[in-house]
Amino acid sequence: MKRFTLFLSSFLFLVAACAPQSPATVTIMTHDSFAVSEDVVKTFEEANNAKIVFLPSGDAGAMLNKAILAKDAPLADLLFGVDNTFLSRALGADIYESYASPELKNIPDDFKLDSSNRALPVDYGDVCINYDKTYFAEKNLPVPQSLEDLTKPEYENLLVVENPATSSTGLAFMLATVAHYGDSFKDYWLALKENGVVVVDGWETAYYTNFSASSGKGPQPMVVSYGTSPAAEVIFAERPLDEAPTASILGSDTCFRQIEFVGILKGTQNRALAEKFVDFMLSREFQEDMPLQMFVYPVNPDAVLPETFTKYAQTPEQPASLNPDVIAAKRDEWIQAWTDVVLK
Amino acid sequence: MISHGDAENTEILNKNLRDSVSLWRERILLWFLPLAFLAIAFFFPLSKILFLTFSTEAFTTENFQIINSALHITFFQAILSTLLTLALGLPSAILFSRYNFRGKSFLRALTAVPFMLPTVVVAAGFSALLGPRGLIHSLHPLSSFVFLGTLPAILVAHVFYNTTIIIRIVGAALSSLDPKLEHAARSLGADSSRVWRNITLPLLSPAILASSLLVFLFDFTSFGVILLLGGSRFATLEVEIYAQATRFLNLPLAALLSVIQLICTLIFAILYTRLSSRLTTQLAPRSSQSNLRRPRTIRERIFVTTLILFLTSFFLLPLSSLPLRSLFRLEADRAQRGEIQYGFTTDYYAELFVNRRGSVFYVPPIQATVNSLAYASATVILSILLGFPAAIALARRTRLEKILDPLIMLPLGSSAVMLGLGFIITFGSWLTSPLLVPFAHTLIAFPFVVRTLQPAIASIPERLRLAASSLGASPFEVWKAIDFPILRRATLAAATFAFTISLGEFGATLLIARPEYPTIPIAIERFLLQPGGLNYGQAMAMATILMTLTLVSILLIEKFRLPNAGEF
Repeated sequence: MKRFTLFLSSFLFLVAACAPQSPATVTIMTHDSFAVSEDVVKTFEEANNAKIVFLPSGDAGAMLNKAILAKDAPLADLLFGVDNTFLSRALGADIYESYASPELKNIPDDFKLDSSNRALPVDYGDVCINYDKTYFAEKNLPVPQSLEDLTKPEYENLLVVENPATSSTGLAFMLATVAHYGDSFKDYWLALKENGVVVVDGWETAYYTNFSASSGKGPQPMVVSYGTSPAAEVIFAERPLDEAPTASILGSDTCFRQIEFVGILKGTQNRALAEKFVDFMLSREFQEDMPLQMFVYPVNPDAVLPETFTKYAQTPEQPASLNPDVIAAKRDEWIQAWTDVVLK
Repeated sequence: MISHGDAENTEILNKNLRDSVSLWRERILLWFLPLAFLAIAFFFPLSKILFLTFSTEAFTTENFQIINSALHITFFQAILSTLLTLALGLPSAILFSRYNFRGKSFLRALTAVPFMLPTVVVAAGFSALLGPRGLIHSLHPLSSFVFLGTLPAILVAHVFYNTTIIIRIVGAALSSLDPKLEHAARSLGADSSRVWRNITLPLLSPAILASSLLVFLFDFTSFGVILLLGGSRFATLEVEIYAQATRFLNLPLAALLSVIQLICTLIFAILYTRLSSRLTTQLAPRSSQSNLRRPRTIRERIFVTTLILFLTSFFLLPLSSLPLRSLFRLEADRAQRGEIQYGFTTDYYAELFVNRRGSVFYVPPIQATVNSLAYASATVILSILLGFPAAIALARRTRLEKILDPLIMLPLGSSAVMLGLGFIITFGSWLTSPLLVPFAHTLIAFPFVVRTLQPAIASIPERLRLAASSLGASPFEVWKAIDFPILRRATLAAATFAFTISLGEFGATLLIARPEYPTIPIAIERFLLQPGGLNYGQAMAMATILMTLTLVSILLIEKFRLPNAGEF
């Protein structure tokens, strides 16, 4: 009997050793806006004999909800795309395992909002107001430079924003006004409302239906979008352009900085591979791929930006920011106050 | 004497028992698959998430204010939308099932197209027509009016989406009405309006009720239309659930709102069941062709012409703006703004085939089309397989069906967001299986299939079946000779519903994540995630492909349904 067991186990060992090792799978839960190059994914897969599966799970809020609900039986090994407006919620729900990636040493401390390295910064971008250059040039209208300017009568009916209750872009812009005005942000929004600000549900509608410089050719020459949108307009232009049709308003506190994080989900069966993927996301190769895929900036300062980016995308010198804990504590209250002022 | 009576009683009892045993066996056979499906795909995940998140914490005054205003807006717009949809749908149903005219198949197929278009695309269609730079505006520069973001926009869009429900369900009932009844009434001296009031309308009422309920539920739980066309001021229950669940991450309130929405749905469904059980009449089957003719009197001609013109412009104008937009760029020359220049281009279509950024998520258009068609076919098969037994059971109701009837409507009244979260905690990693997609689509298609088949099955006179079987026909022969000819039309209508529901995806994207097999609506959404004229153009091109696909499929289905018809 003993001999038989020995025989069997050595046989099994041989089979296992000779069979080609099937790749381990690492699953990454993301929001729907996530994108990456095929080649970059392949590099990782080949180097680590792994298979990468992405799990787009709705917008950032929906995705986080799903990750929290599935905490006991996680659907993925990694969660990418929680930003600073949702960070405290994610940390509070205790869904991450901490991982001090060696790549973190290359990344500026400003981005590291979680000191215990459960959520690691990957990219950042600014929610800014884009304006239609031609409109302002033609009307001989100076471009507004601050939040205050937007309430002036010459800009009546010219701005479209997204509802912070249904859009993360809208939420970010509302947070910029909170950062700038504190509790009196309600008065500011009342002034904006009296100046004819248009509110729509989401970025797609705001940009493609309402904004005058997009293909939708809408009525408003100013839209809450991203600092990188002008670069996207050039890259996805119907005919080659040497100048972006839009630009961003970069006054102090007119933009809100969003930082997106990745974290290893608690209960992963693939901790080693998940760690490798986190390292990979922070490495130059992945970081240099992100700008043209997701129109965000790499947090790794060594990553070289594509030329269209340095030429057409803009970053504000003084983006507005708020402590994630404060955002978590007061987000609902602020949105409710905003709704009462603007929509009622 | 006593013993004799006892024997007789026992015999009756035994017979009753045998009858009820065989009845129960039949009921179990009919209900097993549909109920098992609903239990696994709907009741279990939904109750799981509701039990997990529901809490009395949500009972606060502030929340009750939110609920109150959401209920108010939801009912108001849903009732108005349903009435308007009926106002257009009923005359259209008459038009399609009573009159022959050129281009009829095409027009009927056209009315079904909006039903499966993603809301983003419909919004684009409307704004291309009515928006500030739309066609109407360019014809009449002074007539600038705000349409998007208003209540009328929501109402018009709901009519645009749902008229096809009335046309299909009421139309099917209307074309299987026996014209002899109307002829008899007329020969007894009734004028046409009296014939309508006293004969046709009462006979149609089950179909009208069924279709109105479906339209109402769709309007009641409408989500994309409200958000995209109505803007943010109209927070209906469904919109509020979405915002609470994904933005505020306030699941207790989302759960409370979902429960309220479910209770409302249940109440409508029960009311419907009560009303409809009184209304069904068994009619003689007849060929659908015998009701069709060309308009004769002047009044008929005016009716037919006006309606055709209205339907054509109402459906064709917003829809045609999509293919136009996918072939013409709207290039405002940077130097001379205000004048929009149109230029013909096929760039958008060519670009669809290029994975310019080498993205992992790139979908070749043919692949997306194949995926969409495969899911749609699976949904048709699945929903007919599950819907048929349920519809048969409901058509010959016992006490059991009184309870079950309202329950099958619940999938239409439940929030897709909450159900999606329920799927997460119920199915876990199964969630990524592409096999789940047709199941999710079937969940929405199922009530439609049942509601389309049930009135048709109920209208088959039992005496015909009895006559056939007393003449020695086997159950299959009875089915083939009696049921099938009557049910063919309704089955095809049901199949069309299932097909378009699946093509349009509805809220199913919220339920399931499956990156490997993206469908056309998902591809459209992906293009619209980033700025740039090329992205917008490609979204329009993809939407045009989806539209063409639907039109062709519907036309094919209709050809199949009337093989010898001379229409179109």
